[in-house]
Amino acid sequence: MMEIFAVFLPLLGAVIAGLLAFMRPRDSHHPNRIDKAAQYVTCGSMILAAVAAGFVFWDVVLGSNPKTVELFTWIDSGALEVSWALKLDTLSVVMLFMVTSVSSVIHVYSIGYMHHDNAIPRFMSYLNLFTFFMLMLVTSDNLVQLFFGWEGVGLCSYLLIGFWYDRPAANAAAIKAFLVNRVGDFGFALGIFAVFILFQSTDFDTIFAAVPNKANATMQIFGGEFSAITVCAVLLFIGAMGKSAQLGLHTWLPDAMEGPTPVSALIHAATMVTAGVFMVVRMSPLFEYSETALTLVTVVGASTAIFAATVACVQNDIKRVIAYSTCSQLGYMFFAAGVSAYSAGVFHLVAHAFFKALLFLGAGSVIHAMSDEQDMRKMGGLWRLIPVTYVLMWIGSLALAGIFPFAGYFTKDVILEAAYAADTLAGGYAFWMGIAAAFLTAFYSWRLLLMTFHGAPRADKKVMGHVHESPKVMIVPLIVLAAGAMFIGYLGYESFVGHGASNFWGNAILVLPSHPALEAAHNVPVWVKYLPLAVAVAGIALAYLFYLLAPAIPAMIAGRFRAVYLFLLNKWYFDELYDRIFVKPAFYLGREFWKTGDGSLIDGVGPDGVSAAVRLLAKRAGALQTGYLYHYAFAMLAGVVVLVTWYLFTH
Amino acid sequence: MDTLPILSLLTFLPLVGALFILSIRGDADVVARNARHVALWTSMINFVLSLFIWVHFDTKTANFQFVEYALWMPDFNISYKMGVDGISMLFVLLTTLLTPLCVLASWENIQTRVKEYMISFLVLETFMIGMFCALDLVVFYIFFEAVLIPMFIIIGVWGGPRRVYASFKLFLYTLLGSVLMLLAILAMYADAGTTDIPNLLVHRFPPELQTWLWLAFFASFAVKIPMWPVHTWLPDAHVEAPTAGSVVLAAVLLKFGGYGFLRFSLPMFPDASVMFTPLIFTLSIIAVIYTSLVALAQEDMKKLIAYSSVAHMGFVTIGAFTLTVQGIEGAIYQMLSHGIVSAALFLIVGVVYDRIHSREITAYGGLVHQMPKYSLIFMLFMLASVGLPGTAGFIGEFLILVGAFKVNPWVAALAATGLILGAAYMLYLYRRVIFGAMTKENLAAIGDLNMREIAIFAPLVILVIWMGIYPGPFLDIMHVSVENLLTNINTALDAGAPGAAIATAAGK
Repeated sequence: MMEIFAVFLPLLGAVIAGLLAFMRPRDSHHPNRIDKAAQYVTCGSMILAAVAAGFVFWDVVLGSNPKTVELFTWIDSGALEVSWALKLDTLSVVMLFMVTSVSSVIHVYSIGYMHHDNAIPRFMSYLNLFTFFMLMLVTSDNLVQLFFGWEGVGLCSYLLIGFWYDRPAANAAAIKAFLVNRVGDFGFALGIFAVFILFQSTDFDTIFAAVPNKANATMQIFGGEFSAITVCAVLLFIGAMGKSAQLGLHTWLPDAMEGPTPVSALIHAATMVTAGVFMVVRMSPLFEYSETALTLVTVVGASTAIFAATVACVQNDIKRVIAYSTCSQLGYMFFAAGVSAYSAGVFHLVAHAFFKALLFLGAGSVIHAMSDEQDMRKMGGLWRLIPVTYVLMWIGSLALAGIFPFAGYFTKDVILEAAYAADTLAGGYAFWMGIAAAFLTAFYSWRLLLMTFHGAPRADKKVMGHVHESPKVMIVPLIVLAAGAMFIGYLGYESFVGHGASNFWGNAILVLPSHPALEAAHNVPVWVKYLPLAVAVAGIALAYLFYLLAPAIPAMIAGRFRAVYLFLLNKWYFDELYDRIFVKPAFYLGREFWKTGDGSLIDGVGPDGVSAAVRLLAKRAGALQTGYLYHYAFAMLAGVVVLVTWYLFTH
Repeated sequence: MDTLPILSLLTFLPLVGALFILSIRGDADVVARNARHVALWTSMINFVLSLFIWVHFDTKTANFQFVEYALWMPDFNISYKMGVDGISMLFVLLTTLLTPLCVLASWENIQTRVKEYMISFLVLETFMIGMFCALDLVVFYIFFEAVLIPMFIIIGVWGGPRRVYASFKLFLYTLLGSVLMLLAILAMYADAGTTDIPNLLVHRFPPELQTWLWLAFFASFAVKIPMWPVHTWLPDAHVEAPTAGSVVLAAVLLKFGGYGFLRFSLPMFPDASVMFTPLIFTLSIIAVIYTSLVALAQEDMKKLIAYSSVAHMGFVTIGAFTLTVQGIEGAIYQMLSHGIVSAALFLIVGVVYDRIHSREITAYGGLVHQMPKYSLIFMLFMLASVGLPGTAGFIGEFLILVGAFKVNPWVAALAATGLILGAAYMLYLYRRVIFGAMTKENLAAIGDLNMREIAIFAPLVILVIWMGIYPGPFLDIMHVSVENLLTNINTALDAGAPGAAIATAAGK
């Protein structure tokens, strides 16, 4: 029963708040009454859902009682049978608990952050609706319901990125997010079909039970014969790449920062973007049987980690830096999964949800204080004015950079150790890319801190005069998240990846004995254990050098290596490339097909051509009827001549 | 139940209403008001009656149900025969549901010749229901072609400025198909000696003849659906038709083609169907990609939705010819959901057209500020159109693609690009019409949906979500008939030789 509350209370809240959005305040003395009602309903339903999720956690994870709750049949057509169901095992309940608690915190924060907005009920309704879809996603017991949640969170992401719909940039970013995700979903959908063809089912339990028997099955597809498991896994991974903004399909995530900051924290840092990682982990019994797919996951993850980190180092928009950082951290989670250290990936996912939400909300607090300024070049010198936010941002950055004893230290280290211990080519690549990205992570985190909070104020007097610490309703949520960022790594280590792991995870994750990376991670050389910490400290030191001690250096480097700088600043020119090869040609083709294809060719030859031909023929035929007798007599005579000639020649 | 000729009642009750309207005399205003009310009540009663066949429909048999039979031309073995099975039944309901909504949608925007307009709609309903219920080829043909008459009139009299061009184009396209289909029907009669559809379903036509018959029927159905490249009548017809005309055209008339493939081409000419499947797949894939791209470039809202219809119907033809349970059920489901969704989308365009009298996308922008309810409903149907899970649009497309993937992953992959392109043109449309700042002066005072309009959308909203979350009641109706269809096709294909299939197909 508790799981039903946890999943469906947010839906109820969304519906009620959605209805409130259509009501106009009647009582002029309390113009905010409806806004207040919507906030109470949505925050209340979220907090109750989180409490319910706590009970479920206690029952399922601590009590080792995984179960599946069937609701009712969804699709039934021939062999295809899909149900609405809630699957509760350690993996889904960890996600359930994380999502509801982070979401509750962000709901409360939104009360403060959005209090000037004129569409509060709509905003709160979207947030609740998003959480509902996210919970459907993580508790799904089959691929199709997973897809339902998957597209649902995509929809809410679209709605919330474009929340301020008067801004053209927000609308463009919203559409871009939806469409790039659809490209990934294209792969996901084909993956579901392939799974169904192979296993005659989309239910996880049925699939997982049948995987070992199909390990050597092949599939004739797209002009070749491939391992069937690999085909399924790779197609599904394309979907994960879209949702989790991996290299190639990442372009929507930085633009998504057009949405209000709580949205960035909830959807584009803590929950939705991790759905791809979740999916790969959920499908671990499938991925385990495909070395090709695992290698692909590792390489894509590692490449994204380093790519996004390089871009984050030169961005000037405070939210975009954090967005690229998210992209980079998602890369870590993927290559953890790629080397079969799934639980380490989930460990990082959970910790990341807390410290990245903290960073985003902290950035939101800064933006709030700076009268909606997001450009770090116009900040500086804020730390005395907003000390609480400053401290909280420090905590978030320490966790992100992986400094002992904050969360990132535990979660990122175990990933890097596992990558090293995997002892494969891809694992080695991931390890070194991960180390380099860890250095850059520390560097850009402190670049952000120093540019924002230190140095001389670069904003004008008026803005600086308005700078104020955020209200309690925003600070308290930040403190909750900061607590998570500080302690989750230490508290969760034993259960998630340590000695208690097998007991903790139960059957939720499958790792074959041939993939012992996580086991081996505990026995790596000492230098592997300390290298991430060392590079992080080096990164911080470099940031201090560049942005506090010798601020002339970055400008000099940017000038000296202008091409590289522009390449990074323009995000490796992905947007320009895609615009050139996809967007522009699509519109061009559409216009050509319409005007030339439909207009000139089909209509020109078809109905218009036929009617023109008929008209012409009628005119010609009409012209023959001159009415002069001698014309007719001549035609008759000519006819007789032809007939006679023909007769003579044929006989 | 056996005694009540429910299908004839459903078919001809609207005609009775039309006759009743014809007899209304008096003041122009009074006539108009009475004509509207009679049309609304007749079509509503017809809808309620049609629920009877849903309630009493037996989902466990593939036989035709509610069968009526009357001798018509005994010398030629032609009779009046009606009946429905799991393939046709839901289309009857779709028609009876949409007609009252169309009448309601025309309540205010049709002010000239109201009496004739309402008569046309009721007559149209008669022909449409008759088409789906007919169990005799001649009766079918008569209804199939007769539908065009009221449709011509609706476009030609109450249409836009280029209505004559639009109706002539529609005529040219359909004429070719109709003539060929008539020839095919004569040939079938000559071969089988009957025009009784249940008998024809178990008759084995020689494979060489099948090829020609298939092509002749294809010419007619492909135009109706419409398939690329015989689709160009559709955008023009939609643009010129009044709102309710577009609704019926998109929601019901396009389904004639898909229904025809499932009722005639596949079961009666299975060998030819298999032979021409690559053709169908190719044309359908072109339709999906080509028309989606064209839709992206449109400046006229109605044209955009018309092109999107061609793309969506491309999915239907793919699904039907996969000859898999999922593909065919998906095709039927897609037709039903498209019936609901495209109807709603044309009504949505109609709402703002009634207010501003423009279909140009650039004439709008920022409507969400003035019309929040409208924006919500538009959003819902936009999402259904792009096939978001949880809406009706998803189930059909998903099942079709599952079926297609089984047969040929290339077909599924290429058709699935329609999911991306479909999202592109719909989101782009929505953004330009609904979002953005409200800058145009003539939009500043535009009113949100009124009660009448909400009443029109309410049933469609309920259905589109119901069909997305709990499609069981709809799919259950199809299961046995589709299984039976496939069994018969497969036995016929396995048997190879003419006549061998009759014994196994006795279940018909």
